[in-house]
Amino acid sequence: MSAPKLDTLFRFETPEGITLDLPVAGPPARALAFAIDLRIRGAIYLALSLTLGLLGELGTGPMLIGIFLAEWFYPVAFEIQRGATPGKKALGLVVVNDDGTPVAWSASVVRNLLRVADFFPALYAAGLVAMLVSPRFQRLGDVVAGTLVVYAPPARRRAPLAPHAALPPPVPLDRDEQAALVDFAERVPELAPARAVELAGILTPLHGREGQAALDEVLGYAAFVMRGNETT
Amino acid sequence: MIEKQQQFERLHAVRWREFDALLGALETAGRGAPVPADAARLPAWYRELCGHYAVARDRGYSARLTAELHALALRAHRQLYRRDPAFGWRLLAFVTSEFPRMTRRHAHAMFVALALFLLPGAFAGIGCYVDSELVYSVMEANQVAEMEYMYEPGGKRLGRETGREASSDIAMFGYYISNNIGIGFRTFAAGVLAGIGTVLTLVYNGLTIGAVAGHLTRIGYGSTFWPFVCGHSAFELTAIVICGAAGLVVAAAVLFPGNLARKVAMKRAGRDAAVLVGGAAAMLLVAAFLEAFWSSSALLPAAVKFFAAAAFWVLVVLYFTRAGAVRHAPR
Repeated sequence: MSAPKLDTLFRFETPEGITLDLPVAGPPARALAFAIDLRIRGAIYLALSLTLGLLGELGTGPMLIGIFLAEWFYPVAFEIQRGATPGKKALGLVVVNDDGTPVAWSASVVRNLLRVADFFPALYAAGLVAMLVSPRFQRLGDVVAGTLVVYAPPARRRAPLAPHAALPPPVPLDRDEQAALVDFAERVPELAPARAVELAGILTPLHGREGQAALDEVLGYAAFVMRGNETT
Repeated sequence: MIEKQQQFERLHAVRWREFDALLGALETAGRGAPVPADAARLPAWYRELCGHYAVARDRGYSARLTAELHALALRAHRQLYRRDPAFGWRLLAFVTSEFPRMTRRHAHAMFVALALFLLPGAFAGIGCYVDSELVYSVMEANQVAEMEYMYEPGGKRLGRETGREASSDIAMFGYYISNNIGIGFRTFAAGVLAGIGTVLTLVYNGLTIGAVAGHLTRIGYGSTFWPFVCGHSAFELTAIVICGAAGLVVAAAVLFPGNLARKVAMKRAGRDAAVLVGGAAAMLLVAAFLEAFWSSSALLPAAVKFFAAAAFWVLVVLYFTRAGAVRHAPR
């Protein structure tokens, strides 16, 4: 295999001996998620003051408690329940412990209490600096709590490859080349037809065909790599 | 030639689909849906999948297939290593041993925080008791006037600006919660910024509380002030110090990580500080309840309040020195 490319992947090894990768989320995505959460929290404050606030003296106490809870524990409640606040969920983000497991409640409490420090002196300046310095985009609260904000793994299904007659490639292919062929064949349904033909044309010096014929030829190689000469 | 991917897929596709369905069921379980009957298969199937994933990567199978197996493994990992809350038992263990033990483990931070709070407090208290002008160096004149107004003997305003009604007890309860616990949280959070904010908050709180106590005692309002504050003081003052200590624990990890990487030191400190702050928040909750419903009561005679306060202090001291202590075998 070729050397791993530079990426924002957080890689960890599980007890089962496999390595898993999580793409960590950078400041822009997290700022957007925060903006959405801020709006939701504003709506909660508004609802509290419109219902309990209008009750007068009797409602003041519950209203203050409600605002206190929304201020400090709004993210905690969502992170423990489903791993992300609505804002993060909207951006496909999820909070995990730095061993990839769902965030523990004490860790969630710590990372959210420390928002005060990350906010310092204004608009999450300290948190932004900490994120830019950290290779895993951790703000101060994340460092102390041992948590990461990552992109939730996409629930994407592979479409089965369209059956194609297998063609033995004209030259022996090494593993990377074989993998590239199969990856290409899997991507063809997502590509514009003209682009697929254009990409297949890169191999024209090898097989001498052009246009749709070149694409069929390359898909044939991929089918051969996938299943050899046996029929489907 | 790489082993044939299609054959591999054909061999295992059924299991992957079953596994995907099981994970889907587990992910929705607890939110209305019941735990699936075949949940016990998760570990075995997960190990099998780990094998498939490792093989797929090693044989260089296509990016899509590896990605799909990777996504399955990731979801299963999240399910398998989920930390079971078992909330009731955790809470009991926390109150009876984890929290008091943690305060003893960080006794150094506790004593430093206590000194940072108590020394300025004693200084301001004695100073304001002796000198009638000193209080204005610590607080604004209108704040002092407000304090005097609240604790004026014979006044019906004991400890607050508004009149005394049941509904305002609840209002004050809400106010004490949002205000006092918020201050506790901020005191802790400031620790990660090298602890400067934590130290300042402790010193400032010590100075103002001391100044108010000294000043009100000097002008003869002690008979209303002390019965009011003594009841909740055991919980509130202790919790302020604990929040400060939690901030100092994190600050120490930031400034002096020792042999550990700074990041690792901070993470460990954070784990301990979470326990301290959680316990302190619970104490502040108790203090807010007492302050709103007990301390402010005009029906209870001062002697009862003093007696209860003494009992609370003994309780708190015993709790932090004894609770959760490991009993050694008799020698």
